[in-house]
Amino acid sequence: MDAKDILGIPKTQLPTTQEKKSRPQKEPQRKPDGISREVYALTGGLAPLMPSIDVSQLKKRPPSDEKITWQWLPFTNSARKDNLQLYHWVRVVNGVPPTGDYSFAKYNKSVDVVKYTDEEYEKYLTDPMWTKEETDQLFELCERFDLRFIVIADRFPSSRTVEELKDRYYGVSRAILIARAPSPTDVSGHPLVKDPYNVSQEVERKRALSMVLSQTKHQERKDAEVLAEAKRITDSRMASRAAEEPEMPVASHVGSESADRAVVLGDTVSPSSNIQLPSATVVPSTSIIADSASTLASLRMLRVYLRTYALEQMVQAASSSAGLRTIKRVEQALQELGVNLKPKVPTKAVCAEHLELRKEILTLLNLQKQ
Amino acid sequence: MIARSRYSIAIKRLKDVEICVPIVYGTMAFHLGRKASESQSHRWTVYVRGATNEDIGVVIKRVVFQLHPSFNNPTRVVESPPFELQECGWGEFEIAISLFFHSDVCDKPLDLYHHLKLYPEAESGPKSTKKPVVMESYNEIVFPEPAEGFFARVLNHPAVVVPRLPAGFVLPTPVPIDSVHGKGRGDTKNHPLSHWFMNFSEADELLKIASARQQVQAHIIKLRRELNMMNGLPPPPNPASGHDYA
Repeated sequence: MDAKDILGIPKTQLPTTQEKKSRPQKEPQRKPDGISREVYALTGGLAPLMPSIDVSQLKKRPPSDEKITWQWLPFTNSARKDNLQLYHWVRVVNGVPPTGDYSFAKYNKSVDVVKYTDEEYEKYLTDPMWTKEETDQLFELCERFDLRFIVIADRFPSSRTVEELKDRYYGVSRAILIARAPSPTDVSGHPLVKDPYNVSQEVERKRALSMVLSQTKHQERKDAEVLAEAKRITDSRMASRAAEEPEMPVASHVGSESADRAVVLGDTVSPSSNIQLPSATVVPSTSIIADSASTLASLRMLRVYLRTYALEQMVQAASSSAGLRTIKRVEQALQELGVNLKPKVPTKAVCAEHLELRKEILTLLNLQKQ
Repeated sequence: MIARSRYSIAIKRLKDVEICVPIVYGTMAFHLGRKASESQSHRWTVYVRGATNEDIGVVIKRVVFQLHPSFNNPTRVVESPPFELQECGWGEFEIAISLFFHSDVCDKPLDLYHHLKLYPEAESGPKSTKKPVVMESYNEIVFPEPAEGFFARVLNHPAVVVPRLPAGFVLPTPVPIDSVHGKGRGDTKNHPLSHWFMNFSEADELLKIASARQQVQAHIIKLRRELNMMNGLPPPPNPASGHDYA
């Protein structure tokens, strides 16, 4: 019935005889008591929506026959080694306190740090860079600090880098693992054995990360520009080569050395087309040359094309840096000189000459602007 | 894509060599005069021919003309040269012309578009049934990296422009293509309509462009001199080409 009310009221614009009958019936009924009419009108003139579920319809919790009390009781934590006794609130059922260990004790996990005997050390673990004493200290700290190497490195008596410590720890663990294994194949699946710790790679990786982190805004912008340029070039080449030649492996990863950046990209661009990668401070003519070169390259990728198509593409590439008005002026100039905008006899020679003429007109217009 | 690349590796192509086939394509329309009716006022021919009227069947295998949908079977296939189609009608529309090449030339067709012109520009009195309305376009089909076999086959054909290869270049023996040429010549030298064909001479156009370039270059030199005088610099040397600097 509530829903009907809601529908009934907006339908005052198109009343049906039925609605009309019920409406006047409802109106006087709805005058509320308890709040003034104006306040009631604030709600929009409608009774506020009541939940369709009556509270009495909700499932009542079955009356439990247990007697629950809460008591302040002592407890011990098996994760502690000192038998400290603390107190907390405990839910007691029928006078019986709960059993079992402290519920958070199971979260006290620790790392299984390898323990080697002295014999094992002599047999497998000696290293020119490390004394036994140092190695023992390292392992003790690892156990104590749960392999948090940053902390271990800080606490380590002699100064060693984090990578060195990691290297020694993982090296020793790996050697012990292999030595103790009944056969080599048993442990070959173990991650320590499969992917040993690589110090130089780690050092390099961290250095690269810190370089990226410490990049200035300027460097970031330059990076983004160069990457966008590379993407543009590979995209245009990819598009013209799709479904024809096998894809050239264009590795577009940029090394984090700022000095090597441009060189890395230059090396990885395919050798068959000599596209110069324009820098951020490019002169307009070099970008026109880049466009023309890439257009020529993409034309060469087609199996067949019309001479007029080739000319259109080259004209577009040459005018890529010019605005619409400039292009119109070029066409105007061509008309004044009595030259057809599109050559009537587009032979190779005519198209070449036409293109050169257009470029010269562009040059002239640019000069005239000065 | 892998299968495709294996296929193209098997074909040896000549890099930096361009084979060019100059063509002319278009329409010729004759008014039917007294025989004209409401629905058929003109008889017209659409065609593709070699620019020098040589036989382009050496390169082109078949041509498909796509006519206005109001025609019966609007897709018309012509399997052998001369690649042309004759029809009667009253309306002008765009005809799509697809050129299909021989298998050793190119496996992709090339599309051309031409607007069928029935009525002449000027309202020149009574329509003549003798003089057609001709609309032709010149173009060149370019094959940028032709297969060796294709090159060897068309090396000396008059319809094809082939650059000279360096001396001592060894080409495979040409394999003749199977052609459906039974019914006579493929060239259009003695075509019945040949005296209406337009003449396309690149010399005129070249001359026009060359003189235009000279004018523009002279302008540029003058402007550069003026600019340098304004900036107090010595006059620049004559540049060989226009775009050394912006």
